[in-house]
Amino acid sequence: MTDLSFVRSDMLPERAPPANEVGMVKWLRTNLFSTWANSLLTIAAFYVIYLVLANVLPWFSGGVWTTSSLSECREVLQGEVGGCFSVLTERWNQLIYGFKYPVDLYWRPNIALLLLAFAAAPVLFFDLPRKLLLFTAIYPFVAYWLIWGGPIGVPVTAFVGILGAYLVFERFNAANFAAAGLAAVAVAFSLWFIGGYLVDMLASDDPLLTPVASRDLGGFMLNLMLGVTCVSLSIPLGIALALGRQSNLPLIKGVCVIFIEFIRGVPLITLLFVASVMLAYFFPPDATVDLFLRVVIMITLFSSAYIAEVIRGGLAALPKGQYEAADSLGLDYPQAMRFIILPQALKISIPGIVNVAVGLFKDTTLVSVISMFDLVGMIRGPILASQEWNGVYWELLGFAALLFFVVCYGISQYSQWLERRLRTDHR
Amino acid sequence: MYHMTSMTDPHQGQFRLSMLFNDTRYRSLTYQAIAAILLALAIWYLANNLVQNLRTAGLNISFDFLRDSAGYDINQRLIEYDSQSTHARAAIVGILNTLLVSFLACITATIFGVIAGVLRLSNNWLVSKLMSVYVEIFRNIPVLIWIIIIFTIMTAVMPAPRAFRGDTPEATMLLDMFAFTNRGVYIPGPYFTAPLFASAFLNWVLVLAVLAGSLFATRRMARWATGVQEQTGVRPTTWYFTLAMWIVPVGLLLMVMGLAWEIPALKGFNFKGGIKIGGALIALWFALSIYTGAFIAENVRAGIQAISKGQTEAAGALGLRPRRTMNLVVLPQALRVIIPPLISHYLNITKNSSLAIAVGYADVTATLGGITLNQTGRAIECVLLLMAFYLTISLLISVGMNFYNKSVKLEER
Repeated sequence: MTDLSFVRSDMLPERAPPANEVGMVKWLRTNLFSTWANSLLTIAAFYVIYLVLANVLPWFSGGVWTTSSLSECREVLQGEVGGCFSVLTERWNQLIYGFKYPVDLYWRPNIALLLLAFAAAPVLFFDLPRKLLLFTAIYPFVAYWLIWGGPIGVPVTAFVGILGAYLVFERFNAANFAAAGLAAVAVAFSLWFIGGYLVDMLASDDPLLTPVASRDLGGFMLNLMLGVTCVSLSIPLGIALALGRQSNLPLIKGVCVIFIEFIRGVPLITLLFVASVMLAYFFPPDATVDLFLRVVIMITLFSSAYIAEVIRGGLAALPKGQYEAADSLGLDYPQAMRFIILPQALKISIPGIVNVAVGLFKDTTLVSVISMFDLVGMIRGPILASQEWNGVYWELLGFAALLFFVVCYGISQYSQWLERRLRTDHR
Repeated sequence: MYHMTSMTDPHQGQFRLSMLFNDTRYRSLTYQAIAAILLALAIWYLANNLVQNLRTAGLNISFDFLRDSAGYDINQRLIEYDSQSTHARAAIVGILNTLLVSFLACITATIFGVIAGVLRLSNNWLVSKLMSVYVEIFRNIPVLIWIIIIFTIMTAVMPAPRAFRGDTPEATMLLDMFAFTNRGVYIPGPYFTAPLFASAFLNWVLVLAVLAGSLFATRRMARWATGVQEQTGVRPTTWYFTLAMWIVPVGLLLMVMGLAWEIPALKGFNFKGGIKIGGALIALWFALSIYTGAFIAENVRAGIQAISKGQTEAAGALGLRPRRTMNLVVLPQALRVIIPPLISHYLNITKNSSLAIAVGYADVTATLGGITLNQTGRAIECVLLLMAFYLTISLLISVGMNFYNKSVKLEER
């Protein structure tokens, strides 16, 4: 008798999956051609991409980069498709620095921009050593001196005033927050007052850096300066407004609410009109406040109202227990805010603040409406109106769009990275 | 909200001056008094400067200039206006133009935003990536640059009217009805051959009234159908009746009044007849739509994603088909998330429409804040009026928004 029972003793090899369930084919089937409607959409999308590329690529690859006017560029092109990118190379300085900033002084804003990277780094990336923040604290004064030039005493006095105020504040802060704040303000103003006299006395006719007037600033540099200055000024102001709006002192709350709602209810253009035609009436008659400063004031007020709303959202999102815990520890209001509430509320608000910052940076182009020559103002004014480049729209507008896209997209990617970094809860 | 320590201190004898700062009963009053004094000082300082500056400049604050003749023309207008009209009327023309472009842009921005937002969630990889590219590109480039780009297309790329002339013209009209020229887009304009009222405006009001009646009737019928469905379980078929109710009354009215279309035609150096839509209006309208549409797309996507998957699965478990799941379960909940930011985007469109001044569209910023301000030199008055207008609009919209938020608020236990 033979034993007919059979037990397989070795494993069969796995069979390969069907051809359209693996690899490229499977991916295409599920992602692009799952239903007939999807296939139609895919084909339409491919057609759109083809149209865009077919128009842009030849225009870009056939581009001319070296001529000095539109007519020359057209001669070189001889009817072929191609962009006259030579407007960018020829007018590069104007696009970046404006048309009045002295050419031999371009190195000064360049260094200021380079230093900005070092000053911003410790603020943006927490892993860097905290001592670098010292440089961040000095940076505004250095940048002011580099860009505007003039007697070095002005930024030094400003810095000494702030430094004195800080030292006084730290000295008395433990005793009484409000008194320390008032003392700090008093010290700052008296130092500035004394410094003002000293600067006037010591000012030489030939300062180390040639002074440059504000109205000579322009180009993308102006956009960057307005954006950086106004964002950094409006964050502290926004925090103050948000706290004021949450305050239980009716008068302070009322003032903050009215201010925030007023600013958020009007377009930035009207505020820029205020800066250009109306604000001068509110300064003392003998004071001449230049347009740049007036615009900085109005844009800062504008963005601080938006930042205040973002931070208010962060404050409202904190659980009530945090406030109560601070109370039960016996912390007074400034301590509770500084050590318990604001660190958490600001962390929640970071994405919103970055959104406001991106929006604000885009809005700096609006200053071209009140005849300041920022990047858009330069393109629409001196460059397109010039005899050589009248009619080179796409190269210039595309360049402006690209610059803003790179900066704004970069900031929003940073914000997403930061959000992931700061997520301390376990999910 | 943060409350300062609300513990009431026991009364300790006589009032002392230091209690103003150390006693919680008086401290808030002290701080507010200090704030009030500082505020009053600041206002007094600014007002004093203003009065002095105005006196040196020989100016005063007066709104009389609004009654003076404006002396400038506005080519884009919704109401009668000529250069003899007053500055006030120029401002009203501007206000109407602002409202017109904001209204148009709100509608198209919503359409773009909803389409892009839904397509971004599509399971078609290519389409969803394409929509991400659209959103990122348009959100990260200033709207002013978009306005200028589209305005350049409208003025520098479109053919001049004379290109339409001749036996073999360089440009032709679309469907023989629409002419895209660098002076604007000409479309057929409707008019009545046998109007019931002398004024064209009243005739259109009549048409709108009939349409409103149709809306009311169809709403009534839908409610009746729902009632029947709830009692019997079967929903009566009403779509043909609804369709008829929309088409028949207004169709009859238009036939009675003899609706006809005036086709734009090339006469002399320019197109005549029909409706002319200026290039500036189109640039502003389209740029605001695609720019804000990118933001709305993000809100729509976030709103749909905010609905937990359990809701869709529950609807599936109840036997609803995907389309009904979307209509009956997901959308009503998603709208609660989508609509508040949507309304604030509408507000942004209205405020951003003030960029009209960059392309010469005569909105209120360009008339009142631009030409009128420059002609009369009444900077303070003009800017104040301008701000008052925008504030009114945004207050109205936020009142409406609060009303909506209350009406859709979740009823919680």
